[in-house]
Amino acid sequence: MALLEVKELGISFGGLRAVDDFHLTIEPGELYGLIGPNGAGKTTVFNLLTGVYKPTDGYILLDGENITGKKTIEINQHGIARTFQNIRLFDELTVLDNVKVGLHNHHGYSTLTGILRLPKYYRVEKEMNEKAMELLKVFDLDGEADYKASNLPYGKQRKLEIARALATEPKLLLLDEPAAGMNPNETQELMNTIRFVRDEFHMTILLIEHDMRLVSGICEKLTVLNFGQILTEGETSEVLNDPKVIKAYLGE
Amino acid sequence: MKIKALNKHTKSNLITYGMVILAYLVMEIFMKAGMVSSLLEGLLVPLCTYVILAVSLNLVVGISGELSLGHAGFMCVGAFASAFFSNYTKEAITVGGLRFFLAILIGAAAAALFGFLIGIPVLRLRGDYLAIVTLAFGEIIKNVINVIFLGHDSRGFHISFKDAFSMNMEPDGEVLINGPQGITGTPHDSSFLIGIILILITLFIVINMVNSRTGRAIMAIRDNRIAAESVGINITKYKLLAFTVSASLAGVAGVLYAHNLSTLAAQPKNFGYNMSIMILVFVVLGGIGNIRGSIIAAVVLTLLPELLRSLNDYRMLMYAVVLIATMIFTSSPGGQAFRERYSLKELFGRKNEKKEA
Amino acid sequence: MMGFISYLVNGISLGSVYAIIALGYTMVYGIAKMLNFAHGDVIMVGGFVVFTTMSGAGLPPLISILISMLACTALGVLIERIAYKPLRGASKLAVLITAIGVSYFLQNMALLIFGSNTKSFTSVVNMEPISLADGAIIISGETIVTVLTCIVIMVALTSFIKYSKSGRAMLAVSEDSGAAQLMGVNVNATIALTFAIGSALAAIAGVLLCSSYPALTPYTGAMPGIKAFVAAVFGGIGSIPGAFIGGILLGIIEILGKAYISSQLADAIVFAVLIIVLLVKPTGLLGKQIQEKV
Repeated sequence: MALLEVKELGISFGGLRAVDDFHLTIEPGELYGLIGPNGAGKTTVFNLLTGVYKPTDGYILLDGENITGKKTIEINQHGIARTFQNIRLFDELTVLDNVKVGLHNHHGYSTLTGILRLPKYYRVEKEMNEKAMELLKVFDLDGEADYKASNLPYGKQRKLEIARALATEPKLLLLDEPAAGMNPNETQELMNTIRFVRDEFHMTILLIEHDMRLVSGICEKLTVLNFGQILTEGETSEVLNDPKVIKAYLGE
Repeated sequence: MKIKALNKHTKSNLITYGMVILAYLVMEIFMKAGMVSSLLEGLLVPLCTYVILAVSLNLVVGISGELSLGHAGFMCVGAFASAFFSNYTKEAITVGGLRFFLAILIGAAAAALFGFLIGIPVLRLRGDYLAIVTLAFGEIIKNVINVIFLGHDSRGFHISFKDAFSMNMEPDGEVLINGPQGITGTPHDSSFLIGIILILITLFIVINMVNSRTGRAIMAIRDNRIAAESVGINITKYKLLAFTVSASLAGVAGVLYAHNLSTLAAQPKNFGYNMSIMILVFVVLGGIGNIRGSIIAAVVLTLLPELLRSLNDYRMLMYAVVLIATMIFTSSPGGQAFRERYSLKELFGRKNEKKEA
Repeated sequence: MMGFISYLVNGISLGSVYAIIALGYTMVYGIAKMLNFAHGDVIMVGGFVVFTTMSGAGLPPLISILISMLACTALGVLIERIAYKPLRGASKLAVLITAIGVSYFLQNMALLIFGSNTKSFTSVVNMEPISLADGAIIISGETIVTVLTCIVIMVALTSFIKYSKSGRAMLAVSEDSGAAQLMGVNVNATIALTFAIGSALAAIAGVLLCSSYPALTPYTGAMPGIKAFVAAVFGGIGSIPGAFIGGILLGIIEILGKAYISSQLADAIVFAVLIIVLLVKPTGLLGKQIQEKV
């Protein structure tokens, strides 16, 4: 069974049809790319998948469960986590705490337990610290665990965002332009990390990206979006050689 | 590394508790030695009230990142609910300690209830709107309390929103809440020691909450609401929690305040938005989000003008100037650049935490 | 019935003052995206300037009002320059707190200069009241002048914004200050102009308010200021017709509330209106929706 199945998804803002008749099927463990020119509606698709926008049409099935129209936090609890095009970290919190916020729903104790410092508080906090440090190590951020998140260099902030998303134990990870603003070395490193995440965590990943080196390097399948509609889809190498795609990117 | 971080937190918190206890001991010694003027002695309980208010408001303004201008309203609720209880049970519960303990619980619960009910609609708003609506609620609470007349006689409770006479009480009736005149004859249960104990309890609650899973969630929402939602944090729940706990602690401050006065009346001076703003000044000048700073600012800004009596006329003016200057210095782009260039850390050549990309 | 009509007239009169003050809030909010908490206190300053020049120095009312407008304009621009301009780009919290600081500053400065005693303000309006329905309804000269002034200001301001170059610059800055700057609009000058106009209007509002309610203290401006902000929010912040409608409605609600419900609860009713409006339609009657981009 497909992990994610989207059919006939659409949304209108006023009279504008931002996304129309969008469909997508992602199998477990796949590394899937969503590409297209600026303004094609890629981030809108992410926002629809994560409940930031409510779709006007269509449905979204995650692991066979209908999550269409659910709230962002419910969708996260169902197993979709994301990163953002413009990095959104908890700036004033430490790197470690950023990840611990991601662990929030899987490692619980009540507010009262926290205030009264009952034994459970210490036990769960220790658990969370270990888990978070483990994740930080994957992204080579363990040395900066005590830094304020906003003090991290740009590339590391992107990594921290992925680590935080993984902390919510998702089934599907959405990455919105993970390589934006990175230099070629950083991009190469990021590609390795994304592959590692997929293999190590058995993660299914859907990503939006403009960097074609990254897309062709790690994505197995692609969907190309143009003016809110699917232009084409399929195996990466086929899609990238499709004259329609080239035309959409370069113009007439 | 993480263990070091934990210790750093704990150490800082212990300093805060220690500071309060030390201040108490020093004051007690001075009082025993007769070195404290009656004026200053009279200020001690209000001072504790302000400290509790400032610390609790910091939970909303600093930790939750919402500007609330209605804190005095919650204090007002706590004060009136508890003073009413204490007056009513003056004869029934003769053990002063027990009665005051119950009064504190009632004041905290009443203020928490108001905080919760007001928080549900208010927290949907943001920024300036939230500030102005909390101010509005604070004023409404004050105004409504001013028109409540509540009495008790052999037939039970009587209430009126017009005047004491309209309650039609039996001759044996006693007016418990007398509209604008408020509540008279509240037992004088508050003391400096109790004030200090309540400060310590407030600190314990706020500090432990901030350094827990709950506090992290609240601060995550403050820093980036959309990201917090995306990792499954329930925004409404945690905002409301911070607001309610803060209101309830303000209620405790109200209990302390009410049981230090023989007459409690809701006036603009004590429960109006000016009071809310004064508490906000403490929080801002102590450093938004800095609990210890709130305490120090509340103490210094209350005591200093009283000790420098001659400056009293200029006191509010000084507050105003300091407030504006602080904001420009700490928050403006220019001020931040200045601070980075001339910060103490830089001057003493200590390693800056910031790592260049 | 006659009672109701005269309450209504009083409400419209008070509402006109709120509308003029609300204009200052709404323009500043629309353009500088900040809540100028000190705006109400500029009204008080305006009142004191007229009080000193007219009752103190014996100048004719019109000259005093002009001086007051000039003084308030200068004050408004000065406040913007010293306190708000350095904070452009800072957090909303910081700006609002600074504005509260400015409000405190003005109040306490006035307290130092004029003391806390209530000054009895001599009305600037010298006009016979109009008597209608055989004297059952009496409309005071102050009411007539207030309502007329408000209408004149509304019309003048609307045409200024629509037809003058500076007015259109204001519109551009309120839509998108970054883009306006790129198109050659001097954003700083536009914001300063907004403060200048808003403060001059505050001076007029101060004079009208004190003429109808002739008790002047350093705190005179605070409450009407807050209520006028409520009016601005009620009508939809950033909208000039909104400020007008919001102001008038709020004035009517306040006076009717005082007359028919409880004079002590009138303020509470006004604030309750604000809360209800914000919960039902957070953008106010004529405001527009802004959505956060993800």
